[in-house]
Amino acid sequence: MESLSNKKKQLVIKPPNFWERAYLPAIVHGLSITMSHFFKKPVTIQYPDEKREFSENYRGLHSLKRDENGAERCTACGLCALSCPAEAITMIAAERQKGEEHLYREEKYAAVYEINMLRCIFCGLCEEACPKEAIYLDGDIVQSDYLRKDFIYGKDKLVEPPLNQ
Amino acid sequence: MKVTIDGFPIEVEAGTTILNAARMIGGDIVPPAMCYYSKLEGTGGKCRTCLVQVSKGSEKDPRPMPKLVASCRTTVMDGMEVKNITSPEVIEARKGVVEMLLINHPLDCPVCDQAGECHLQDLGYEHGAAKTRYEFDRRTFEKIDIGDKIQLHMTRCILCYRCVFVADQITDHRIHGILNRGDHSEISTYIQKAVDNDFSGNVIDVCPVGALTDKTFRFKNRVWFTKPVEAHRDCETEKCGGKVTLWYKGEDVIRVTARKDEYGEAEEFICNTCRFDKKRTSDWVIEGPRKVSHKSVINSNHYDTLHPLPVVKTNPVLIEANKEQFERETRL
Repeated sequence: MESLSNKKKQLVIKPPNFWERAYLPAIVHGLSITMSHFFKKPVTIQYPDEKREFSENYRGLHSLKRDENGAERCTACGLCALSCPAEAITMIAAERQKGEEHLYREEKYAAVYEINMLRCIFCGLCEEACPKEAIYLDGDIVQSDYLRKDFIYGKDKLVEPPLNQ
Repeated sequence: MKVTIDGFPIEVEAGTTILNAARMIGGDIVPPAMCYYSKLEGTGGKCRTCLVQVSKGSEKDPRPMPKLVASCRTTVMDGMEVKNITSPEVIEARKGVVEMLLINHPLDCPVCDQAGECHLQDLGYEHGAAKTRYEFDRRTFEKIDIGDKIQLHMTRCILCYRCVFVADQITDHRIHGILNRGDHSEISTYIQKAVDNDFSGNVIDVCPVGALTDKTFRFKNRVWFTKPVEAHRDCETEKCGGKVTLWYKGEDVIRVTARKDEYGEAEEFICNTCRFDKKRTSDWVIEGPRKVSHKSVINSNHYDTLHPLPVVKTNPVLIEANKEQFERETRL
């Protein structure tokens, strides 16, 4: 049958000649490409030792902030948990006792504050919902791990280290 | 008597207040009320949020009333014409009233237990300005325990006097009232004497803000994470209807309140036994989930049925797999 476009070409596979059968020129050509890359700037980085710069609005691991006196800002109002589309945040509130004013900013604080990093989608809605400017997604990439239970981050991992330490 | 509110005519009996006439019509034209409580006699006239404009006094005397009037205290006249949301003057005045109420009220909704069902929060959201012009320190008080189940935090009080009327009319002897005058007024039980009465818990329900709170529920959870369910029981206490709303968190009843109507008023007052002591599902006959307005934050993530379709809960294989995964101590 005649083709419609009449552009059909019949390919003829010729047997390789002597130089081609020796493969040497091809090997030299391939190696020269490889060698030329030794002198170029590498496109990859050595990840854990070296880190790429994040963009300014990058959303990474959450951190619970402290105020200028070092007291925890979070008051366990639950708005982050309410806004969370993945339902990753849970908390238990407790009342601040007398003498704990330097630890917690408001009269109520989060005794337990947990984020399930396997559920979290890093959308940043918790950050937006927070009325006390207590939570920010300004951290690093969440570390990989082996066990599911280790992905539930509690206050020990989330709260900022105290000032002057 | 025929009265027209925002263009809606209605026939009411003589002696009805404008507010109640508006509630008979219903909808958006009902003025908000912070201090008026239809179940308590003598309430109203204190907060001024229900101000309306009377553009025509009556059929006989069609002159408009010179000032805005409190609709909870003004009775209707035949042929009266009232403007509520159609009058820009009323909206402006109400905004001023909200600002006034918020002068001494702390803006700590993230801390307060009432947030999510607070009338002042709704009012501030609808009418209030985003910023305060008040430059002075707000007045603060120490928290007072009224009995072992009720806590009074006067800092949040807007002096609506509802709780005083409850103490006066629902409980048998009054040991709860207002001390001092003017901007020094404060609610107090005289020398912090405990209110020891079967119906004292109702002061929590009538409080429009978070000044009087349930100590058994204090800071336990936010209302929008709980699931309201209507229930009733045969209560031995006289005058107690036993019709309540249970607020569930998971399988536990964490709070019991009276059932509230669309204006936030308790349909029936309940006794302290129902409110504080009966916190097991087996104590109650469950009627069904409470209908919550879609405007309310409490409505978020709630099902209309008591037992929503099960996902993992009924599949034993999945339950077992989940448990195993979470309890795993060593890596695969």
